[in-house]
Amino acid sequence: MAQRTLSEKLALLSDAAKYDASCASSGGEKRDSRDGKGVGSSGGSGICHAYTPDGRCISLLKILMTNFCIFDCVYCVNRVSSKVERARFSVEEVVRLTMEFYRRNYIEGLFLSSGIIRSSDDTMADMVRIAKTLREVEHFRGYIHLKTIPDASQDLIDEAGKYADRLSINIELPTERGLNELAPEKSSRGIRRAMGAVRLKREESREVTHTGKRRARFAPAGQSTQMIVGADGADDRAVLGQSANLYANYGLSRVYYSAFSPIPDASRMLPLVKPPLMREHRLYQADWLLRFYGFDVGEIAGGGMLDLDIDPKTAWALAHREAFPVDINRAPREVLLRVPGFGVRTVDRVLAARRRGAVRYEHLLAMGAILKKARPFITMPGWSPRGLDAVDLRARFAPPPEQLSLF
Amino acid sequence: MHMTLPVIGTVAAWRARVRGLAAEGIAPGDVVWQVGEDAGTLFADARPSIPPRQLRINRAALHEIETALCHSDPERFNRAHDVLLRLNDGLVWGDRTDPAVRRILEQAKSVRRDIHKMHAFVRFREVGASGPRRAFAAWFEPEHSIVEVGTPFFAKRFGDMDWVIATPLVTARFDGQLRFEETRSTAPPPPDATEELWRTYYASIFNPARVMVKAMQSEMPRKFWKNLPEADLIPGLIRGAETRVRQMQEREAEEAPARRLAVARRMATPDRPMPEAGSLEALRAQAADCARCPLHAPATQTVFGEGPPDAPVVFVGEQPGDQEDLAGRPFIGPAGRVFDEVALEAGLDRGRIYITNAVKHFKFTQRGKRRIHQRPATPEIHACQGWLEAELAMIRPRLIVAMGATALQTLTGSGAGLLQRRGMMEQTKKGVPVLITIHPSYLLRLPDAELARAERVRFCQDLAKAAHFLAA
Repeated sequence: MAQRTLSEKLALLSDAAKYDASCASSGGEKRDSRDGKGVGSSGGSGICHAYTPDGRCISLLKILMTNFCIFDCVYCVNRVSSKVERARFSVEEVVRLTMEFYRRNYIEGLFLSSGIIRSSDDTMADMVRIAKTLREVEHFRGYIHLKTIPDASQDLIDEAGKYADRLSINIELPTERGLNELAPEKSSRGIRRAMGAVRLKREESREVTHTGKRRARFAPAGQSTQMIVGADGADDRAVLGQSANLYANYGLSRVYYSAFSPIPDASRMLPLVKPPLMREHRLYQADWLLRFYGFDVGEIAGGGMLDLDIDPKTAWALAHREAFPVDINRAPREVLLRVPGFGVRTVDRVLAARRRGAVRYEHLLAMGAILKKARPFITMPGWSPRGLDAVDLRARFAPPPEQLSLF
Repeated sequence: MHMTLPVIGTVAAWRARVRGLAAEGIAPGDVVWQVGEDAGTLFADARPSIPPRQLRINRAALHEIETALCHSDPERFNRAHDVLLRLNDGLVWGDRTDPAVRRILEQAKSVRRDIHKMHAFVRFREVGASGPRRAFAAWFEPEHSIVEVGTPFFAKRFGDMDWVIATPLVTARFDGQLRFEETRSTAPPPPDATEELWRTYYASIFNPARVMVKAMQSEMPRKFWKNLPEADLIPGLIRGAETRVRQMQEREAEEAPARRLAVARRMATPDRPMPEAGSLEALRAQAADCARCPLHAPATQTVFGEGPPDAPVVFVGEQPGDQEDLAGRPFIGPAGRVFDEVALEAGLDRGRIYITNAVKHFKFTQRGKRRIHQRPATPEIHACQGWLEAELAMIRPRLIVAMGATALQTLTGSGAGLLQRRGMMEQTKKGVPVLITIHPSYLLRLPDAELARAERVRFCQDLAKAAHFLAA
């Protein structure tokens, strides 16, 4: 095989990495390079340096170390049985790309993933070497996200956590059965065990030692995971149930949902249709409701699938009209959080404003409420909602039915 | 009255002038503000028309007002002057029902967004260095006057290199020290070689199967495009997206060479030594896949017992907790630590005992991001009983210690009346002696310190009995 240029490798190995949804670069440890001895800073809110026409941001240099892989996961473009072109970066090449991109302010750091070559441990060891070189030779203080390789040894994971801000391991599919069918070499037990070990290690690193010293850092920006949606038969309730379980079990920072994209050379076992982007969007909305708005999975996805036409919060309100209208000046925080069109920030502003006097309809707009959504569900001096019982209330939120054209 | 503010240090100068104007009693409406060149003295001096005063203002409000003063709106100086005076007269900061306050908050937000976009969209190009440090330069066109507030970020981030960020009005220079000057040259620096790699990355990371141009444009508005080296790729990527997706779909799946597949498949299933049949290790491996009751699904893993396979004494607890579930080892959480402490006091040799649980998966309910322990129910205890019996059959201990009601139930058939039965000896169905005691987590739950101390002493006495047995 002819030697590929750096540019050719970059094209192949970033193309192969684009199915990973995560791009977060926020949180973690506060660092900077004001001392002039290194380059980079991190710890504030993340920055999106560019956006591609798919609407996704570029915050990190997201690449695979190699797309050679001995696994045969049906949904993955890099599976061993696929005929895609293969390439492999050397440790130095990844370090150089990261440093040169970073110095030009293209990126916040590196998100490194990889196909599995030789063995899980060999692959993980190379990835750790990249992170170590960046930190210890280049004095890189930007963000590093390493994707952990399933079944890599605990020693390597420990070392990865020392250099990386975030570790992640993909749960891949919402159900164990789906994983067994589509990713025969991966085990959901192994993935969960790895997540459990990372949580324990993170908690341990935050404790102070007996001598009062702080322990070595370990993945200060937490761990995350990704779930592919639409490749197996799992419904939204199963997807969200899995997420809620992962958040509670392993203290994940995020669960990313990735609508199954038609991938080049996709296996014939999978449906080749447009990725269900609206479903993915609704899942993210529901995920937020679970984490910040006090909803349970059963409440928003009790029917199995989320409503694609209206957002899950409005859908819940329409199904629970007896809980409305909510008195803006009396309702407690957790009730206000359930009003469609009210975000966490709006609710906090309402609560702060209530201390200064009655909140009126015209104040709400300035507080950031989306009144078009909230209107039928709230009451306050000078405003009483109409039509809460109306049969056509749902129609006001759903997109208009599509007119069939004459044939 | 005419007030001219300098291009560099505008906000600080405004603040000093306003302090003076307030002390003189000049009303905001009588002042015309201007940045840059002095337009001459067309305006007469204003006369004091309001009571003079010394201004006091809280830090949060001042920060917000000063941020809004970076906005390009020419009215901003008068508006801020007016709000500052009214804040002194009792206006509440943050009251969005006041139009001027709301305007300031909105403009501050817009300035912050502009700063954020500067941090995102400045693109450095390498230029010839004059010293040992590498040198970079960028040309950027912000919407507001944000160079002075926006560039300390770059000083923190790019501490080991020299750089220049030029904008139409102000240029920032960094060589270890951050300095500002009025811009002299408005020519962008020439492209460098790495830019081509960046464009390659940009085009490759884009997923043609999910084109969402509006989402892109709301975050990366067109006005920034002309200074972004990757932006001229956008129209071509959008145009070609559909073809690329179609090509992906049309390409038929074709198997990789058989030899490669065979090699890879062998590597993907490495030989792991099988545990010896009929050993405790084999039992542990078997239990790892247990799905005899629904508890396995939400848990992380089966938590099997630990200890020597010929231990004379076996301790049985209830079920693993949060920490045990994550680590896969029994009695390492808070209750386990209590057990270790008391075992040490009782003179129990931890290395010689086997410790396990009646139920081998953690049972819990999710409360937001937390997992709350739940007591296992009879069907779950029953489903797990086989594993415990197999462990006991293999170890053949001379004594079993039942810690808590669940262990007692599974070992003797009834867990009722634990506190009456504790300290006593009973038997399993097979005739192995069972010493009854409480579960160490009981000690953690007792709210009364006195009672907890007394219970701990009794627990220690029970463990001492086991230690005695071990020594015999």
